[in-house]
Amino acid sequence: MSQMKLEAKGLDLFFGAKHVLKKVSIRIPDKQVTALIGPSGCGKSTLLRCFNRMHDLNPMAKLKGDVLFEGQDIHLSKAAELRQKVGMVFQKPNPFPQSIFDNVAYGLRLSQKLTKSELEYKVKAALSQAHLIDELPDLKASAMELSGGQQQRLCIARAVAVSPSVLLMDEPCSALDPISTRKVEELVLQLKSDYCVVIVTHNMQQAKRVSDLTAFMYMGELIEFSETRQLFDKASHELTRNYLEGSFG
Amino acid sequence: MMNRNWYSNLGFGSLYLSTFLVVGFIAVILWDLIYKGAPSWNWTFFSEGPQEGMTKGGIFPVIVGTFYVTLISTIASLPLGIGTAIYLQEYAPDNLLTRLIRSSIRNLAGVPSVIFGLFGLVLFVQHMQMGTSLLASGLTLGLLTLPTVVASTEEALRNVPQSYREGALALGATQWEVIWHQVLPAASSGIWTGAMLAISRAAGETAPILFTGVTFYQRFLPQSLFHEFMAMPYHIFILSTQHHAIEIVTPIAYGTALLLLVQILILQMIAFYLRYKQTSTRR
Repeated sequence: MSQMKLEAKGLDLFFGAKHVLKKVSIRIPDKQVTALIGPSGCGKSTLLRCFNRMHDLNPMAKLKGDVLFEGQDIHLSKAAELRQKVGMVFQKPNPFPQSIFDNVAYGLRLSQKLTKSELEYKVKAALSQAHLIDELPDLKASAMELSGGQQQRLCIARAVAVSPSVLLMDEPCSALDPISTRKVEELVLQLKSDYCVVIVTHNMQQAKRVSDLTAFMYMGELIEFSETRQLFDKASHELTRNYLEGSFG
Repeated sequence: MMNRNWYSNLGFGSLYLSTFLVVGFIAVILWDLIYKGAPSWNWTFFSEGPQEGMTKGGIFPVIVGTFYVTLISTIASLPLGIGTAIYLQEYAPDNLLTRLIRSSIRNLAGVPSVIFGLFGLVLFVQHMQMGTSLLASGLTLGLLTLPTVVASTEEALRNVPQSYREGALALGATQWEVIWHQVLPAASSGIWTGAMLAISRAAGETAPILFTGVTFYQRFLPQSLFHEFMAMPYHIFILSTQHHAIEIVTPIAYGTALLLLVQILILQMIAFYLRYKQTSTRR
């Protein structure tokens, strides 16, 4: 089997005394979209945040087990360097209260010494990758004035601008209207040719539409992980079937 | 029904009355200050020192002294206070020790200024051998305003949405870069608001400088950090209570009081503007 982009091996996570992830093992391949689904509080967002070490911020979080990025233990490299390769898009659009240009340029300015024209080129490339460039006549305008859907695509542009190899998306459409949601979904489908995309969603239709692989989580455990079509058509675990039929969650 | 209306009217009536009284007091104070103070404002008043036993001339050295001492206190308290707040809010773990530090700082804000004066006298003037001087007074005022600076900076940092921090971290910023590039700019108007309030407090305090360096009269401007100085709050006190010809110098005292008030008003207006700007840009 080829090398996996992301991998968790027997991962346990505690928030204080609370056991949030229980012996989770998952292997996430490159250039595919992997969806994490499950009822609220099942640990899907928590698992996602393990992959770019966002739990480092929380002094209550204790992690046991291994998380690998391209076969390397992610805790051996610096968190900031890891996060340049493993980008993240959050549930609520969170642009910085600055211009559109500066939002996209931020990550580039951090990691790379670019001339003004190189920077401009990369910012525009990222914005067009997010299909946003045509909607934005003025890149000096404040990002806070964009619509919610545009803000979220700006955050995607911001994340892809630093050319990561993984894109983690934490319920990226839950704050968006249907049209913006469709645009983001189309974007996700295009991004998978360049990136390993992991998307947390509580919308099962969305998982069906965008993902190649789906993992079902319940109460901190990974119940089932397989190809999306297989999981939706003939799930092997009863919990998964019950959840997909909508009998709980 | 009648009864309820009657109570409601009584309630509103007493609210109106209290508001009217508060506004009334402020208006009387302002009117009194302007009425008695404004006539003494002229070019000489601002540009020259006191003459003929302070009965004539202006308050130029007084203004300069206040400016210097406020400047020193600002230089001392802002970096220290902002740094402390950043550490407490962004780095320090939430444990018993930091909670203790926090509540001590809160309590420090309630300590009477005369105690700070006494402390400044012992520490700066005597122990550190600065003598009664601009530096000792400035540092004492700096200590006095430190809790305000820390508390308002912490408040401003707390108001920065966590999502800004996460957004920057996720793009590969280190914690320091997150603070420097995203958190501080987003908090800056709140921090400056607190700073303005602290500065205006320092400019108006009397007790701390009384112990540590203010003098009622000197012929020259302070030439170094180790000279004594004149300052507006103390000048007002001297002219209104300690002078041998109080009737003659009263207009000068009022003029000084008016200037002090105007200066504080300007600082507060800047603070108000910054707060307004903050709320209008963050939506």
